[in-house]
Amino acid sequence: MSWKIWSLKKSPWVFHVNTGACNNCDIEIVDLLTPKFDVERFGIKLVGSPRHADALLVTGGVTAQAAPRLREVYRQTPKPCVVFAIGACACDKGIFTTGYHMVGPVDKIIKEIDPNAIIAYVPGCPPKPEAMISGIVKALAAL
Amino acid sequence: MTEALQSLFWIIVFPGFLFTVAFGLFASWIVRKVSALVQWRVGPPLFQPFYDVVKLMGKEILVPQEAQQAVFMAAPLVGMAGVLLLSTMLWRITIAQTAFVGDIIVAIYLMVLPSLALILGSSASASPHASVGTSREMKLVMSYELPLVLAFIVVIIKTGGQLNLAAIAQQVPALSISGMLAFLVALLCVQAKLGFVPFDIAEAETEVASGVLIEYSGALLAVWKLMQAMMLVALPLFLVMVFLGGFGASLWTGLGKYVLILVLVILIKNTNPRMRIDQAMKFFWFYCGLALAIAVTLAIIGNYCGINWL
Ligand code: SF4
Repeated sequence: MSWKIWSLKKSPWVFHVNTGACNNCDIEIVDLLTPKFDVERFGIKLVGSPRHADALLVTGGVTAQAAPRLREVYRQTPKPCVVFAIGACACDKGIFTTGYHMVGPVDKIIKEIDPNAIIAYVPGCPPKPEAMISGIVKALAAL
Repeated sequence: MTEALQSLFWIIVFPGFLFTVAFGLFASWIVRKVSALVQWRVGPPLFQPFYDVVKLMGKEILVPQEAQQAVFMAAPLVGMAGVLLLSTMLWRITIAQTAFVGDIIVAIYLMVLPSLALILGSSASASPHASVGTSREMKLVMSYELPLVLAFIVVIIKTGGQLNLAAIAQQVPALSISGMLAFLVALLCVQAKLGFVPFDIAEAETEVASGVLIEYSGALLAVWKLMQAMMLVALPLFLVMVFLGGFGASLWTGLGKYVLILVLVILIKNTNPRMRIDQAMKFFWFYCGLALAIAVTLAIIGNYCGINWL
């Protein structure tokens, strides 16, 4: 394992992208930062700019409006980076499957511009904060 | 020749780069850990700041297309060079007493360098968020620089016109009314220099998305982080030397004073909301300015009549 990956596992900074979620997944993500879950224990930090990020937490099934923005944000994230599809919507469009405005899901959009992207899925509607932590830990262990 | 090697050793290894970086990363761990404890959290592990920097070193560097490339890349190095010189100078004075007349003025100049580099770098990055951050940073520098210099003038008056840090560090100006006032104001100015809440206006993550640093990534961002960690060593150390009588006889009392200032800074950071830039300006110019006008007057009267506690 190279030192780049080793240090990435030690301090994954995350950037939160909403691509048309119902906002419930977003609230659960913000839960992670509260004293109860305190992800800073693992070095996880929420940052304000994709250029500082190592992981993108994408929520929502990607609307037609959001798709170009998601691609742009992914391009602006310095590599190596990981994409997390958080919630049923992001994994497979969830309850919005038949929506006319849905062009997702997330992995399809990301793979269009980078076929080798590392994508992890955390299902649930919305996933519990515990599920997200476990998803992130598993994904990092698999790197 | 040997002298040149000796100086190189000072700058790169012992009181300079390596030592200050290690100390600074430890200090920034203390900041994060104590903040976590104040918020009833567990907080990051001891080596977290170190992991962060190593990780940033290994990441890709993205330079915006429209940015002024050379300035964008050079600015973090300029800022770090300034802090490096400052901390080497301060440690040399504490350890070996190699001071020179007027070094307090050199130190004041070196302390502005990181902010100037930040302004330079972010305005070269051609990002609207960064330009908002830049304008805020500029206003912030203009607001705290005046009270900070006035606070040092109080100290210079109290110590009988000394411009030599080693000589100033022999006395404890904070043990008087004017000295205490000046110390409190200088502490708030240091808070603003470090970019901590309530004065993290230029970096406000929730409104301008890290403002001045928004376009930086990879190793360049790591240099900024290192610079901030080093400032966390140099600025409180400077306050200890100017106001609290330096390291004095033993190393432990000196470190105790340093930790005291660090903890005060952390507590202010954790108990206050962010100010707006106009509020910060008003605070520094009006309230701090007024307090310092009183302090300067008291110091001059005390000096003239020989009353030490004024
Ligand atoms: S997965 Fe459920 S909670 Fe999350 S955005 Fe979709 S509908 Fe909302």
